Amino acid sequence: MSQATDLPVVAGQAKTDEEQQYLTFLLSGEMFAIAILNIKEIIEYDNLTEVPMVPDFIRGVINLRGSVVPVVDLSARFGRSRTEVSRRTCIVIIEVRGSDESKQDIGVMVDSVSEVLEIPRSEIEPPPAFGAKIRVDFIHGMGKVAGKFVIILDADKVLSVDELSMLGQAAASLPAGQAEAAA
Amino acid sequence: MDAIQQAFVVESRELLQAMEDNLLQMESSGGDAETINAIFRAAHTIKGGAGVIECKFIVEFTHVLENVLDEMRSGTIKPDPELIEVLLACSDQLDSLVGCVESECEPDDEVNKASVALRQKLQRFLGNPAAATGGVVPSEAKVEVSGGGGEMETDNWHISLRFGHDVLRKGMEPSAFLRYLNELGRIVHLVTLPDGIPDADEMDPESCYLGFEISYQSDADKAKIDSVFDFVRDDCLIHIWPPHSKLADFISSIEELPEDTMRLGEILIKCGALTQQELDQALSVQSDRSQETEAQPRIGDVLVKQGAVTPEVVEAAAVKQSKVAEKKSLESQLIRVQAAKLDLLIDLVGEMVIASAGANMLAHRSGEAALVESTSVIAMLVEQIRDSALQLRMVQIGDTFTRFQRVVRDTSHELGKDIELVISGSEAELDKSVVEKLGDPLMHLVRNAIDHGIESPDVRVANGKPARGTLRLNAYHESGSIAIEIIDDGAGISREKILAKARDRGLIGSGQVLTDSETYNLLFEPGFSTAEKITNISGRGVGLDVVKRGITSLRGSVEVESNEGAGSTFRIRLPLTLAIIDGFMVGVGKFTYVIPLGTVVECIELTEKDRVETANRQYINLRGGVLPFVRLREQFEIAEAAGRRENIVVVQYAGQKIGLVVDELMGEFQTVIKPLGSIFKHIKGIGGSTILGSGDVALILDVQSLVALATVQQNRGQTAEALRV
Repeated sequence: MSQATDLPVVAGQAKTDEEQQYLTFLLSGEMFAIAILNIKEIIEYDNLTEVPMVPDFIRGVINLRGSVVPVVDLSARFGRSRTEVSRRTCIVIIEVRGSDESKQDIGVMVDSVSEVLEIPRSEIEPPPAFGAKIRVDFIHGMGKVAGKFVIILDADKVLSVDELSMLGQAAASLPAGQAEAAA
Repeated sequence: MDAIQQAFVVESRELLQAMEDNLLQMESSGGDAETINAIFRAAHTIKGGAGVIECKFIVEFTHVLENVLDEMRSGTIKPDPELIEVLLACSDQLDSLVGCVESECEPDDEVNKASVALRQKLQRFLGNPAAATGGVVPSEAKVEVSGGGGEMETDNWHISLRFGHDVLRKGMEPSAFLRYLNELGRIVHLVTLPDGIPDADEMDPESCYLGFEISYQSDADKAKIDSVFDFVRDDCLIHIWPPHSKLADFISSIEELPEDTMRLGEILIKCGALTQQELDQALSVQSDRSQETEAQPRIGDVLVKQGAVTPEVVEAAAVKQSKVAEKKSLESQLIRVQAAKLDLLIDLVGEMVIASAGANMLAHRSGEAALVESTSVIAMLVEQIRDSALQLRMVQIGDTFTRFQRVVRDTSHELGKDIELVISGSEAELDKSVVEKLGDPLMHLVRNAIDHGIESPDVRVANGKPARGTLRLNAYHESGSIAIEIIDDGAGISREKILAKARDRGLIGSGQVLTDSETYNLLFEPGFSTAEKITNISGRGVGLDVVKRGITSLRGSVEVESNEGAGSTFRIRLPLTLAIIDGFMVGVGKFTYVIPLGTVVECIELTEKDRVETANRQYINLRGGVLPFVRLREQFEIAEAAGRRENIVVVQYAGQKIGLVVDELMGEFQTVIKPLGSIFKHIKGIGGSTILGSGDVALILDVQSLVALATVQQNRGQTAEALRV
């Protein structure tokens, strides 16, 4: 079965607003970060069940200790190619708040997980209007780490349940045309 | 809404239900004293509760109701149909008032008007209509007539105090209140009640377990005395009776005391209804007599003989004693648990089943006999735990059935019919979530039976039937599902009428021959009603198709049997729980899907010949009929070549048969349904998911939407093709 790596709990420690901890990870060679408070655990990629008739970026569902959790392919969500599965592929389980304050766990598929970093607020720049090749509202800010930029993602936006399900609806009625075109 | 209000709403709803049941019983069999008492107690407890949450409008309304009930208890007012009608209306009114508390709003004008109207009606029974016209019954007003009669021979106030356990923790000092009381007046007599103190081991020295009964002399008015306890009012039980209170008030005091089992005499002393000497005297008389006669006279009787207390007081105390005992035994039988906690338990147990299956597999692989043995024992136990965990969610259907007493009564009155509701099988159990959703379909069917099924009394007599119709609600278990029957002995359903109507509407061809069940199933078509006259109860044809849809959404089925002239039977079959599904597992490529077993009709092999023939079409010849099919591989866009062998699972939905082409048939199994998250709420064709023994997730197909999806897609495809040409 999948091994769960529990992250150290940081919420209880006296962290000022100045320094927040971020989990950094790689997505086709590019480094991204997500605030650690949203992250529940990281598991290795294993035993994913594909769900038919959904958009590309929803890879499927996994069994996370008895509950069924959807897995989003972050690369595909950004409009890039699908993530290839490798030995280091991980699923980061993130708790997302819906518009109605309901909480849902969503898994995010990433190429590999790097480390947990503290990025002081002073080292975070506002997102550029364009250039990151990612929707601007997905970006929380650009963190400077060792002279390089890390894109800090806004998990609630990237994984907005409302938006994901709307896109799912669009896709559900799509295959008709595709199937016909193929035939 | 805070916890107290919530508790009040829940409790009141239960009491109102009991009140209604008792009223209906009184109507049908003429109420005995116990029934009237029960109704009174219900009203009284609601009033008490409303007082605690300071809900004035309920207190005012219940007050008048209580007076009438009290008169009934004493026999001054006889229960006649008219009164019961009003009382039923009162119970409804209380329900809507409780609803106001629930929604945390003041009752609107309409509700208030209804309250006033009902209060006036009630006052008429009391014989003083003028009193109610003012609308508001002053809460301090003397009770005009009380069941107990007799004034107490005391000019002292009586205060009954029960401190809450947390009083000390909140920084209050009970003795300070007593000292303060002494400043307003004089405590004549004080009895400390240590009954609440638990055993030394369990006792928390920071909790207050004490209660006090105080005989108090003061010139202050009630509000003043009451204000002494302002700081502790929230978690204490406080009752204050003015001097010369009526006996009835003491009776209610006895009923409202926290229910410790205590001896009758002590209760009476504590209430100040009699003194220790009187009790001692009575006790000595009792023992004297017992020496003479062996048979111990009840102490209550002795006291009455001595004239120390009136019979009413003794009776109330005795009732309380037996109620305490009764309640104690009931409490040990029932525990209220939050549904969410149960769900969590069931989830965990489901996990355990999977984990133990994994352990079992590993044990087998290791080949150690002892290990295999012990893991299989564990697996067996775990499955038993799962079964009993699922049992926890089961509730008896009886409560749902009983609710229809009122519906049947009201509806039949409205239609001028005489109908008796007979309930059987009320101990059959099914999942709470199913019961909750069953109410509406059942309501439709019951009203339907009353309106269309059972004839009016004169027609019945003319047809040689008893004037009084019978409607039966019956439930029983049948191979893993529950069957619920709604049986009437009315006119039955005319086959000819249905067929004629169906031909009219073009549902069937003129030459078509239908079996009985096919004919009756037409009733569930949308907009189909055979009633010539539309009443406000049913007949618009928007009933039975809604019933069917409701039942189908619960993965159940509904069928009709009818004998023209002798009545009809509607039979609903439902799975016992929504949490578990009987599934049929199929494989497509490396994926596993589960088809609800209830929809599967048969499985056939898609032969080599068929495969060649169907390369360009999507139907096969199934024993002379056309069977359209969906290739799951194509539908689900599985990018894998078809397997060496393919099979068709024939599924049926809403009378329509279609085939699902899959690779492998893996057999049936029972599994726990896991909902897919809200991300997938718009997905078609997939109804949920389940976790297999291997820990993998398998998707459950939603046959209904899959069929709809395939239909839409094919039709759209046709149009597109036509346009292209």
